[in-house]
Amino acid sequence: MLDEIAALVNNDAFLQRKGRFVNCVVMVEAGPKRFRLTIRGGKIESVETGRLIMARYDLLMRASANTWNRFWEPMPAPGYNDLFALLKKRLLTIEGDVHLFMANLFYFKGVLEMPRRLVPGSKAPSGSAPGDKA
Amino acid sequence: MSAFIEPLTGRYAHIAIGGKHHRVYFEEAGSGIPLLCLHTAGADGRQFRALMNDAAVTKNFRVIAFDMPWHGKSSPPEGWQHDDYQLTSESYIEQILAVSDALALDKPVAMGCSIGGRIALYLALKHPQKFRAIIGLQASAFVDPYYDTEWLHRPDAHGGEVCAGAVSGLVGPQAPDVHRWETLWHYMQGGPGVFKGDLFFYKVDGDIRDQVGGIDTNKCPLYLLTGEYDYSCPPEDTVAVADRVPGAQVTIMPGLGHFPMSEDPEKFRRYLLPVLEKIFAAR
Repeated sequence: MLDEIAALVNNDAFLQRKGRFVNCVVMVEAGPKRFRLTIRGGKIESVETGRLIMARYDLLMRASANTWNRFWEPMPAPGYNDLFALLKKRLLTIEGDVHLFMANLFYFKGVLEMPRRLVPGSKAPSGSAPGDKA
Repeated sequence: MSAFIEPLTGRYAHIAIGGKHHRVYFEEAGSGIPLLCLHTAGADGRQFRALMNDAAVTKNFRVIAFDMPWHGKSSPPEGWQHDDYQLTSESYIEQILAVSDALALDKPVAMGCSIGGRIALYLALKHPQKFRAIIGLQASAFVDPYYDTEWLHRPDAHGGEVCAGAVSGLVGPQAPDVHRWETLWHYMQGGPGVFKGDLFFYKVDGDIRDQVGGIDTNKCPLYLLTGEYDYSCPPEDTVAVADRVPGAQVTIMPGLGHFPMSEDPEKFRRYLLPVLEKIFAAR
C-alpha cells in the first residue's frame, strides 16, 4: 500500500503545506515487510520495499500487518482510526527522531493514512488531511 | 441586510480562586435550570457554541460555559509568568464551585467533557448536594498515558501544531469538516503549556479509580455519555465507571469521538436532549 501513495501525497495541497519543512527517511514496518520512504520538502522522493538490510532511517514506525490493514480501511473501526489510537492500544511503536514526528504530526498522520484513499470510491475519513482535494 | 447575531452573551466575572484574583470569561444563553458546562483540556467554552444556539436546550436551561483560568479569554492570574500552569483535582473543583457561587447558580446541572467529565465524577462524589444532576461526557476514572506530554510545551516545537495534532484523531471520523477544524483551531489557540498543565490532572493527579464506587446517585443523578471513537476515554472505560456506580445511566454514542458537543453538534443533541428532558421533568 505505502508504495502507491507518493503521487497522492505529493499532490495533496494540505500535506504539502504542512510538510514543507520535512526532510527525512522514514521506515515503516508492517510485520516482516519494510517500506523506506525518502521525503524531501514534504514530497516523497522514493519508496523502497524489501528486506532493506542495514538501512539508515530517521524515524521508525512498527506495527503488525494486520494492524496496518485495519488502520487503512476506508472507515476504520474505533481504536484503529489514528496513529495515536494505535499507540494507546500499544499496537504501534514509534522510535528514532520523535521530535521530527511530534513537530509534524499533521503531516505524518496524513501520510500514513493515505492508503485509505487507494480503495476505489473511498473518501478518506482522515482526522488530519481534508481527504477530498489535491 | 442585517447580520445574524447569536442569542448568547459573553461577560467577565472577577472572582477569587485559590486566594488569587481571576478575570474569568463566561458565555450564557437561555433561561431556566442552570447548565454549567466544562470544556476539555487545552480548549475553551466555544466548544459549547452549538448548545447555546439550540432553542430546544435554551428554552428550559440557562446554558453557561466559562473559560477556565489560563484558557480562552480568561486570563492567568497576576504573576503567572513565574510558574508552569498545572491543574489538580483540588484546584479544578475549587474553580468550578467559585464560578458557580459567583454567578449565584442555584443547584445547577454540571456537564463536563474529558477533564470536565473526570471532574464531574469528583463533583458527584464530593459535592452531590450542590448539583441537580451531573453529566459526564467522555468520562473515565483514569487514562493510561500513551504519549509524552512534554512535547506539548517546548520552544523547539510549535505548541499549537503539536496540541492540535495530538488530538486530531480524537475527533470522530464522520464529523463534519467545519466542526472538526473549528474544534482543532481551539487547540491551536491554547496558551503555551496550558494543555499540558491540564493533562497533569487528567493523566496523573486525577486518578479516581479507587473512589468512584462512593458516588451515590440517590443524592445526585449521574449521566455518562461517551462517543465510540474516543480512544482517550473509550466506551469501555465509561462502562467501567458505571459498573461501580449503581444508578449511573450510560449512553454510548456511535460515530462520535472525544468532543461530541463541538465536533458534531447535530449528532450529539440526539443523545443529550433525552437526558435534559429527564432532568427537566424531575425539577
